[in-house]
Amino acid sequence: MQKNIYEISKEGRRGYYFDTYDLEDYSKSFDIPDKFRREEAPRLPEVSENYVVRHFTKLSNRNYGVDTGMYPLGSCTMKYNPKINEVVAAMPNFSHTHPSWREKHVQGNMKIINELQGMLSELTGMPGISLQPAAGSHGELTGLMIMKQYLIDQGDVHKKNIIIPDSAHGTNPASVAMAGFIAKEVKSNAEGTIDMDALSQLIDENTAGLMLTNPNTLGLFEKDILEITKRIHDVGGLVYCDGANMNANMGITRPLEMGFDIVHLNLHKTLSTPHGGGGPGSGPVGVVSSLKDYLPGPIVKASDEDFYTFEMPAKSIGHVKNYFGNFGVYLRAYVYFLTMGGEGLKLASQLAVLNANYMKACLKEAYKVPYKALCKHEFVLAGLKEPGDVSTLDVAKRLIDYKVHPPTIYFPLIVEQCLMIEPTESESLETLDDYINILLKIAKEAKEQPELLHNAPTTASVRRLDEVSVARNPVLSYRFNGEEQ
Amino acid sequence: MHPYLPHTQADIDHMLQKIGVESIEDLFTDIDAKALLKSPMRLPKAESEGRVIRKLTKLGESNIDTANWLSFVGGGIYEHLIPTIVPHLISRSEFYTAYTPYQPEISQGTLQAIFEYQTMICELTGLQVANASHYDGSTALAEAAFMACGATRRDTILIPDTLSPESKNVLRTYLKYKDLNLVEVPSKDGVVDSDILKDYIHDDVAAYLVATPNYYGNLEDLTGVSEQLHANKSLLVIMSNPMSLSLFKSPGEWGADIAVGDGQVFGNPMNFGGPTLGYMACTEKLMRKMPGRIVGETLDLDGKRGYVLTLQAREQHIRREKATSNITSNEALNVLAATIYLSTMGLAGIYEVARRSHINACYLRDHLKGIKGIKIMHNQQIFNEFVIQVKDSEEVMKSLELFQIIPGIIIDHEQNLLLITTTEVHEKEDLDTLVVAMKEVLA
Repeated sequence: MQKNIYEISKEGRRGYYFDTYDLEDYSKSFDIPDKFRREEAPRLPEVSENYVVRHFTKLSNRNYGVDTGMYPLGSCTMKYNPKINEVVAAMPNFSHTHPSWREKHVQGNMKIINELQGMLSELTGMPGISLQPAAGSHGELTGLMIMKQYLIDQGDVHKKNIIIPDSAHGTNPASVAMAGFIAKEVKSNAEGTIDMDALSQLIDENTAGLMLTNPNTLGLFEKDILEITKRIHDVGGLVYCDGANMNANMGITRPLEMGFDIVHLNLHKTLSTPHGGGGPGSGPVGVVSSLKDYLPGPIVKASDEDFYTFEMPAKSIGHVKNYFGNFGVYLRAYVYFLTMGGEGLKLASQLAVLNANYMKACLKEAYKVPYKALCKHEFVLAGLKEPGDVSTLDVAKRLIDYKVHPPTIYFPLIVEQCLMIEPTESESLETLDDYINILLKIAKEAKEQPELLHNAPTTASVRRLDEVSVARNPVLSYRFNGEEQ
Repeated sequence: MHPYLPHTQADIDHMLQKIGVESIEDLFTDIDAKALLKSPMRLPKAESEGRVIRKLTKLGESNIDTANWLSFVGGGIYEHLIPTIVPHLISRSEFYTAYTPYQPEISQGTLQAIFEYQTMICELTGLQVANASHYDGSTALAEAAFMACGATRRDTILIPDTLSPESKNVLRTYLKYKDLNLVEVPSKDGVVDSDILKDYIHDDVAAYLVATPNYYGNLEDLTGVSEQLHANKSLLVIMSNPMSLSLFKSPGEWGADIAVGDGQVFGNPMNFGGPTLGYMACTEKLMRKMPGRIVGETLDLDGKRGYVLTLQAREQHIRREKATSNITSNEALNVLAATIYLSTMGLAGIYEVARRSHINACYLRDHLKGIKGIKIMHNQQIFNEFVIQVKDSEEVMKSLELFQIIPGIIIDHEQNLLLITTTEVHEKEDLDTLVVAMKEVLA
């Protein structure tokens, strides 16, 4: 059993050394009054430095990252995370800067923010960019707040409905609720795109806007995108682009050209910054000219003399996060722009789409392909052609036995037994072929030896885990000496 | 081909043939021509590593040289010493190149680290349940406000005017668009008087959100406050600099229902303000109302201990618009840094960091007090920062820059108030340097 850090703790061990304190004598005259003094000491582990290193090294060995192997999680864009990005982000003249220092002391940081704003503006076509949101869903919330303030200023307070396709990321409706709007679901048609008749029936004067991912979560480009955005604009609504799937579009099409008013980008997806096991991310928001004044701030402006200043946009919705957002993430995205260049980014999107279509073509013999059209950077499969009593979960767990990371499963919700595969441009033909062969082999195993799938994984650090009892009787922190919560 | 792209022309040709199209462009024929970009994006050309490093080094030099300046700036982001093993271990790419742990069998590293972190946050805050983190302290505070409004079915949030402007700003934005009210309680001598607070506790109040130590560095005396609030069926939310919690009363000991704060102080560099991590903990009673990812301990088929994301019925991917929050990405790598930091330091370590930060601040306050032209603004218990008043704060900042000293943050230009912060990174010599320089510029 893998011990936890408390189980290797022993009283008296230490992992850090302090120099003698020059104010030791002075400190004797100080005492914390009883009413402020902590009564019960927090229990923290006591471990020597080398054993902290071993503990977390062992934990890292029980993890899987993009550097370990292919990680085709749909809508997550698990591309290669360039190492130069990490080197730059760790430079002390960036990482040791304080956000409350004066502008003149941090001109380097501000120039980077300003240039990154410009690069993202070019990537999306949107003239206004704020980098402040910390993640994709945070960007969604921010975009919806901008929408709301704009509608309030137009006198359209009755506009409360936001239309969202049934294939959308779960964050879309959750963000709608958090921004005080009402989510209205529009269904997809047999081709996997928005059903235009159903859309017409939902649009009315109470329509505040629509949220859409394009290509959508099925990996399909919404062919009616220009008509969709027009119809929403015709009733005075705004259209929001969930930019999670921008990796299909770079240099090919842009949210502005598609008719969107607001977009967020996930720097931790499209722009190669690592996801860190769940974060930090960064979710900058871009808007059309008429919404620029509503952006959260501060944003960085350049003066003629090459001096950079922070400014709050005139009608800003306010701040959505402390200071200027996740600067450490911007540095990595900025370096990615420099090392890739405009042409490199376009090529990345083209190859991402090539990789996805290639995998899809190779897998159709054994897996159900619900949508035959060309896909973009990702595609979905509706489970095995001949599943027997094998589920998509079984397929995913069996992939782990072959030492690769499974795709996203059971999402989007509208595809039964869904496998959502996004290979990204980082994977070579050989790696794709290996992954394809594993999936084909698993399809064969499903017919011949289904127990291999039912029992999988057997080669990981743990087997399938009981998720039901923990949700019922949660153990959410270490039980010291078996004590109850 | 670009070094990040492994395709050869032969590979591309082979793949196109398998797909059944002639060219890469043919893969994009489903896009309406009107939506296609007409001309290439105006972005720079790709550059080599050498050139990029040189360019970024130069940009770094446009900031002040952090190694040679003495900064007494805090107010929410703090410089502490970071054990070398922290950046070293979080650089293991099995950690930092992983996604959210959706497949628990191959994500036990991330999951167990979060579980250990949740345990440490419960211990520090004195509360029973902690989540896997928020974007920062202020967004955690805003989510706590939503959580309190949801749990009490009320729509007014009380805050003291001693809350930091960053937190106030974020709260204001979040609450405004959800049509919730924000009411500010005035302070006296840099803290809120519970007699004044009493007059603000009405039956529409969901919670009182108070920071201690507060923005001015003062500790809020919360004696009797949780009782007052609970009698009114309102909740108490306490925000803290968690480094102070080894010295001072924990949110749990004050009777808080929810505790939040920014965990940057645990092993994370200042990073110009982000990324950091926002922690959140609550009572067991509120567990199912809590937003964010939560890791639970369970058993695998062989009865072996393992960890999974749990209580997911609260979350957006299941509940969609009925979820407790839209949060998905959090700050997992910063959480990992905090966990490694706390494992390395232990209680004795963070106690020593907190003690030295505190004593340094007391020493500095003591020695600045005697200087003509400086007024210590409040007579309160402090942790590691405090407010002084000078005749011309702008002038003081400018003059001290000549010594490569940033003495603090001007928090009020009209009143010329300066917030001065110290931590264990300052040696006695640094504190004396500031005192001497202040004497000189105010003489």
